[in-house]
Amino acid sequence: MIREITIGQYYPADSILHKLDPRVKFIGTILYIISLFLFSGWGYLIAAAFLTAMIILSKVPFTFMIRGLKAIMIVMIFTMVLNLFLTQGTVIWQWGILKITKEGVIVAIVMAVRLIMLILGASLMTLTTTPNSLTSGMETFFGPLKAIRIPVHEIAMMMSIALRFIPILLEETDKIMKAQTARGANFETGGLIKKVRAMVPLLVPLFISAFRRANDLALAMEARCYHGGEGRTQMKPLRYERRDYNAYIILIIYFLSAVLYKIFVK
Amino acid sequence: MSIIRTENVSYEYRFYSGDESEPQTKKALHDLSFEIEPGQFLAILGHNGSGKSTLARHLNALLVPTEGTVWVDGKDTSDDYEVLNIRQSAGMIFQNPDNQIVASVVEEDVGFGLENLGVPTEEIWKRVGETLERMGMSAYRDSSPNRLSGGQKQRVAIAGVIAMKPKCIIMDEATAMLDPNGRAEVLRAAHELNREEGITIILITHYMEEAVDADMVFLMDKGEIIMQGTPKEIFSRAGEIRELKLDVPAVTRLACELKEAGLDIPDGILTSEELSAAIEKAAPPAGKNAE
Amino acid sequence: MSLRLEHINYIYNPGTVYEKYALQDVSLSIGEGEFLGMIGHTGSGKSTLIQHLNGLIRPTSGTVFYNDEDIWADKYDRQKLRFHVGLVFQYPEYQLFESDVLKDVCFGPKNMGLSSGEQKERAVRSLRQVGIPEEDFSRSPFDFSGGMKRRIAIAGVLAMDPDVLVLDEPTAGLDPYGRDEILNCLSELHEDRGITIVLVSHSMDDMARYAKRLIVMDHGKKVFDAPPREVFSHIEELEGMGLAAPQMTYILRDLKEKGYEVDISAGTVEEARDTILAALAGRKKAAKG
Repeated sequence: MIREITIGQYYPADSILHKLDPRVKFIGTILYIISLFLFSGWGYLIAAAFLTAMIILSKVPFTFMIRGLKAIMIVMIFTMVLNLFLTQGTVIWQWGILKITKEGVIVAIVMAVRLIMLILGASLMTLTTTPNSLTSGMETFFGPLKAIRIPVHEIAMMMSIALRFIPILLEETDKIMKAQTARGANFETGGLIKKVRAMVPLLVPLFISAFRRANDLALAMEARCYHGGEGRTQMKPLRYERRDYNAYIILIIYFLSAVLYKIFVK
Repeated sequence: MSIIRTENVSYEYRFYSGDESEPQTKKALHDLSFEIEPGQFLAILGHNGSGKSTLARHLNALLVPTEGTVWVDGKDTSDDYEVLNIRQSAGMIFQNPDNQIVASVVEEDVGFGLENLGVPTEEIWKRVGETLERMGMSAYRDSSPNRLSGGQKQRVAIAGVIAMKPKCIIMDEATAMLDPNGRAEVLRAAHELNREEGITIILITHYMEEAVDADMVFLMDKGEIIMQGTPKEIFSRAGEIRELKLDVPAVTRLACELKEAGLDIPDGILTSEELSAAIEKAAPPAGKNAE
Repeated sequence: MSLRLEHINYIYNPGTVYEKYALQDVSLSIGEGEFLGMIGHTGSGKSTLIQHLNGLIRPTSGTVFYNDEDIWADKYDRQKLRFHVGLVFQYPEYQLFESDVLKDVCFGPKNMGLSSGEQKERAVRSLRQVGIPEEDFSRSPFDFSGGMKRRIAIAGVLAMDPDVLVLDEPTAGLDPYGRDEILNCLSELHEDRGITIVLVSHSMDDMARYAKRLIVMDHGKKVFDAPPREVFSHIEELEGMGLAAPQMTYILRDLKEKGYEVDISAGTVEEARDTILAALAGRKKAAKG
C-alpha cells in the first residue's frame, strides 16, 4: 500500500519536457505556482490550458498522475470541508449550527482546483526529471551559496542518494511490518500509546538497516574513488540549449499573462 | 611485474566493547605474503569470519595493513597520494547489489566513478556506452536500478568498475545474495572479462563450485591462507577441506565416495564430464565390455 | 493440522498499467508432518504463495482453509492463525530488534498473551532447539555472526510453537557451515517434534536431501507437485524454466547416455553413489553371464 504512492516518482519517457534543463523546469514550476495565486475566476482556464499542454507534452499517462493525487486526498477533503462550513456569506443550506454559504462553495471549489493544479504541476517536474538531474539543477542553482561556505555539492549528493533509497526503504518497511505481523504483532488496532509502542519492532530494524545501507554505500562510493566535489567532472553537465531558451520565452509569456490578468481583470 | 603483492601483511581490528575504555584488538589477518600475476583468475575461499573480506578491502586501499605492505600495480596502499590511482586500477564489487548503486538511473551510475576521476564529459559518455554494451546492459541504460534483477544490478556495478579501466577487479562475495541464475550470470561476466580483456579477477566466495574454473585458489581460515594451489590440487584434499567445515563441490564428493567404494578414480575431479569419463575408464559400460 | 489452498489467484496492482499476475489458479494441500520443498526462479510467485499460508496476503480470488476453516471468513482470527502457521521471511535476522536475545525471542509468545514465565520457558526451549548456548541468552542479538543471528530469528518464530513452519530461503547468503547448521536443525525439528515444514529454496541439492515432496513454481503456476526424484527426472522441463536439476542428475544422465543402467532421478551424493555402484555390479554380472 505504501508502494502505491507515485507522487514525485520519476517517470521515464522520451519527451521535450524530459529533455529540458532542470533549471528551466525548476524556475518554471515556481512561476507556475505563483501564477496560480495571481489568477482568479475564469483565469484558471489559462492555467488549466497551460497545465494540460504541459501534461500532454510530458507524455506521462494521465492516469499515472491522478494516482499521485490519492496521497493528498485527505488533505484536500479536509480543506474543502473547512472552507465549505466556515466561510461567511449568503446561506444556502443550514442544519443546526452547520451552514453552507454560496461563498463557501466557491472558496472550497477554488481551493480544491488550486490544490489539484498545484500538485499536478509540481509533480510534473519530478515526474519528468531524474532525481540526479534534479539535484544537479539544484546544485547549479544554489552554487553561488558555496561562497558563504554552504556545502552545496554535499547537500545535493545527499538529496540524490536519499531519493534513490526511498523506494528501497519503503519496500523494506513493508517487509519488516509483514515479518513482525507474522510474529503476532498488531500495527492496526489499539490506542495511541499502544500504537506508538507497536512501532518499536518496526522502527528499530528499519534504523539498523538504514545505517547498514549507509555504511555499505559509503564504502562502495569510496571504492569508486569518490572524494567530495573537488576535481569532479559531470556526466550530464547543465548546458542551456535552444529549446531551453524557447521554454523560457514561453514561461515569460505565460507568467506575464498571469500578471496582466491580476492587474486588469477583476 | 605482479599486479598485487603483499609482504607480511597483518591487520588488527580495534573496537570498544561495552564496559572498557581501552580499545580491544582482534587480529583479522595474519602475516600474509603472496603475489598475484596480471591476468590471473584467483578464487579466495573460506567461511564467514575467515578474513577474506578484510583481505579484499586491503587490495584497493579501503583498509591499510597494521603491519606489512600491500602493493597494487606497484603502488604502496599506505601512500595517501596514490589512493585514487590504486582504486582506479583495482575496482571492487560488493555483496549487496542495492547498497552499491549510487545513482537512480543505470547509465548515471556507470558514469559515477568516471566523474570522480575527473574524466571529461564526452569521454564519460563514450566509455559508459561501451561498457554498458560490453556487459549486455545497453537496453537498460535509462532504467531505474530498482527494476533490475539481482544479477543485472551486479552487472551494472561491474560496468561501473569496468568503465574506469581497471587492471584488476575484486569481487567480495558478489554472488552471495543472488539466485542461481544471477550467480551464473555474474560469474560468466567475470570469466569473460578475464579471458577477453585480460583483467585480473579476484573472486571471494564461499560457493566452492565457483572456484572450479579459477586459475588459482587460496583457502583462508582464521586470517591465514592455509591452502594455495590450482583447483585440482585444492579439491584433491577433500578430506582436509571438509574438516574445515567447508564444502567440496558435489561432483568431487561423489568421486571420493566412488573411490572409497573401490573404483579406480583419480583425485581432484571437478566437473561432471571429468567424472563420467573417469568412471568410463575405470569400468566401461556393459555394452562395450562385450565387444 | 491441515492447510489447503483452493484455486488461488493473486494480482498485483489490479486495474492499473502495472497489473501483474503473481499467482494463477494455484491449489495446494499440506498435511500433518510433511516436509515440503518449494522451488522456482525469482519472480515465480513462491514468496507470494507462502504469504497466503498465514493470511498476510488476501487472495484476489480463491480460498485458503486452515483445519477446514476459511481464513478469510468474517469473524476468523487471523492473528491466532499466525501462531499456528509460523512464517520465517528471507533474511529474518533483519527483523531482530530487542536489547537481548531472550527478549527478542519472547516477542511472539508475548503477542500470544502468555504469562511472562511461559514466554521465557518457550523462548529458552526454542533457543536450545536452534542450538544457541545458554550463556548467550542475555547478549545483544546484534553481536552475533550472520548464521547465529538467523537461528535466533528462527527461534523467534519457533517460540510461538507453530504446527507448520514456513521458511523463505533460510540459507540465503550463508556459508556452507551456517547453511548445514540451519538445515540440520530444521530436519531435527521435523523428525523429533513432528513439525510440518515448508522450505522455499533455490538449491536443488538441498531439496534432494531434505524435501519429501517438491513443488515447482513457474510464472505464478504450480507446475510440479511430486516426490523430488520424480521431479528431477523432468530435467529438460526444469531447465526450460530456468531451473537446474541437482548436480548429480547431470552426471547420471551422462552415464546413462554412455550405456550405464543408472537411475537418473537420484538427487543426493549418496543416492548417486548407490545407483552407480549398483549399475557397475549389474554390469559385471551381465558380462559374466
